[in-house]
Amino acid sequence: MIKLIPRVENSKVMILLSPLLAMTLTALTALIIFIFILDDIKVSSVFFTLFVLPLTDSYLFPELLVKAAPLMIIGLGLSIGFRAGIWNIGAEGQYVIGGIAGGAVGLYFYNVEGFWLLPLMAIASILGGMFYASIAAFLRIRYQVNEILVTLMLTYVAVLFLSAMLQGPLRNPAGFNFPESRIFHDSAMLPIIWEGTRLHIGFIVAIILSFVAWFGIKKHMFGMQIKITGSAPRAAKFAGFNDNKTVLYSLLISGGLAGLAGFFEASGPAGQLTPGLPQFYGFTAIIVAFLARLHPIGILFSALLIALSYVGGEEVQIEYNLPSSITQIFQGMLLFYFLACDILIKYKVVLNKTKN
Amino acid sequence: MSKVRFSSILKLTVLSTVLAFTSNVSADPVKAAFVYIGPTGDHGWTYAHDEGVKYAKEKLGDDVIMTTIENVAENSDSERVITSLARKNDIVFTTSFGYMNPTVKVAKRYPDVKFEHATGYMLEDNVSVYSARFYEGRHVIGKIAGRMTESNVVGYIASFPIPEVIRGINSAFLAAKSVNPDVQIKVVWVYSWYDPGKEADAANALIAQGADVLMQHTDSTAAMTVAEENGVYAFGQASNMREWGPNAQLTGIINDWGPYYADRIAAVRDGTWSSSDTFAGVQQGMVKFAPMNNNMPTEVKNEAMQAIIDLSMGKIHPFTGPINKQDGSPWLAEGETPPNFPDLLTMDFYVEGIDSQYPN
Repeated sequence: MIKLIPRVENSKVMILLSPLLAMTLTALTALIIFIFILDDIKVSSVFFTLFVLPLTDSYLFPELLVKAAPLMIIGLGLSIGFRAGIWNIGAEGQYVIGGIAGGAVGLYFYNVEGFWLLPLMAIASILGGMFYASIAAFLRIRYQVNEILVTLMLTYVAVLFLSAMLQGPLRNPAGFNFPESRIFHDSAMLPIIWEGTRLHIGFIVAIILSFVAWFGIKKHMFGMQIKITGSAPRAAKFAGFNDNKTVLYSLLISGGLAGLAGFFEASGPAGQLTPGLPQFYGFTAIIVAFLARLHPIGILFSALLIALSYVGGEEVQIEYNLPSSITQIFQGMLLFYFLACDILIKYKVVLNKTKN
Repeated sequence: MSKVRFSSILKLTVLSTVLAFTSNVSADPVKAAFVYIGPTGDHGWTYAHDEGVKYAKEKLGDDVIMTTIENVAENSDSERVITSLARKNDIVFTTSFGYMNPTVKVAKRYPDVKFEHATGYMLEDNVSVYSARFYEGRHVIGKIAGRMTESNVVGYIASFPIPEVIRGINSAFLAAKSVNPDVQIKVVWVYSWYDPGKEADAANALIAQGADVLMQHTDSTAAMTVAEENGVYAFGQASNMREWGPNAQLTGIINDWGPYYADRIAAVRDGTWSSSDTFAGVQQGMVKFAPMNNNMPTEVKNEAMQAIIDLSMGKIHPFTGPINKQDGSPWLAEGETPPNFPDLLTMDFYVEGIDSQYPN
């Protein structure tokens, strides 16, 4: 029998090193897989294309940042709720509703120029995402309905709502009846911060937000509250923290940020609303949040890492004709090794001689 | 590592020297790339494109180097993939509607690269569009379905309510009704091109509603498998799905992109490529059929064969008036056939007699 016994003291060094260890193990496993499926000459070049090229290539690097930005923003929001044990699994739905809300404002003011349009779209998207997450908060607070199920189910509703909007009011009148909106006009498009690329201002916002969240969790009362509610719910009650408030604020924050990310996607790289708006950012951001151990600054790095697996995965597909599942395999391995490392930091493995 | 590199460099040098001496043609091979929406193993839409790529490769041999990339979602990721391909290729084929705006955006940035977008409508100097008249195929299977159904309910698994799919439903219904006035068509929308789970669910739901013949405008073989299990009939979609429904598959609509791909890549090689708008059907050989199943009565088979012959000679049009729209308003007058634009390319209504509600 193998048993896991809690360690008396967790190694501080290992806690810091374990993400690096997980990455190294993932890379090693990748190497072993490549050695088996590829001939020798290709192994090093595939490895290079997958993990290094996206960081060094002048086209791929900004694309990596573009891909990471929504993961950062959604991951940040989720991490706050996760700290308090509020499981918003449906950020994807809030992202879609935010995208629709922001996009609808932009389309309503089609061809109207003005500096006020983008902020207005941003506010609409945040409110849209907040509203959508608040449904789960209401049901949980009022009727004790599990927020995991509600947020997840509402994701499907959101995707169908997007379809309906693109068949109806938001459809491009000159678009041959295809379910797509018009392409946004310039005032409704995010400013590009790196000339000649698709890198938009949302990336800066993501970085600012992560520092705000870091500061908030450290200094603000609410940060304290969610931390205690998550780790010691009874203590939180004794301290007089309002459980309902924690649920509501956690969901509003994660919903609002997911909504904002939806708007950044629609007004950034997409430039219009299409049925392709949902692209699993809301779900992938869960991995991002946990890889960073819910730490706001860590999320910046874990989002970049996951984005690297996407961009690098595409490139090896193009260059070496490897299957597209390679991206998912790496994301899965990364999370697996990371969680395994964490378990081994907290527990030690003991071979138990069964006495009976 | 350095040994490996050195030997590969050596090999390359030797190889290129040999090549330089043996080949008289000085031109480099054309680099062609294909973006797929699904996996090549879908045995439907993407599989058919991939078969076309293989055909073109066989035909053009060393004149072309092919790159394919599968499972590219129709979202902002596709623009990155298309850009990556445009940086390294002479011609890029994007084989789904949702790639239209990204294709056009990238094409503006890479004016020297040629682009070919399937099923869209935006032409540029370096962007061609091409599509097939799948509704001609629907006409043939509609006739068969009308004859073969005993419950008079034909089930239709549809992807997205876009004109191409609507044309298919209308064409199949009109053909079925022309041989069986009592036939009804039930449509289930799965809002996906490739989702075997949802497609199977839709097939089961339609069978539960009494459908004994299934049609699909989605890309997997899931519905065919369900049809085989339930002893109902179905039609292959985009490729021959006989393997999944030896008894169920009556025939199938096959998309044959091979000759088109070979022509277009050869045009790049020869320097004769120019932007064009292709909308080809049975007549041009872009829409073909899987072998007719022997479990069909000979008369039904002959009727279908006749329809194929008539289509290939341009003698009939699946949409020939009088046809009213679902709400009863007239669409085509007696003997009238619709133009490509706007009627066919923007179709957003059901024809009269279809019982289902138009998705809005």
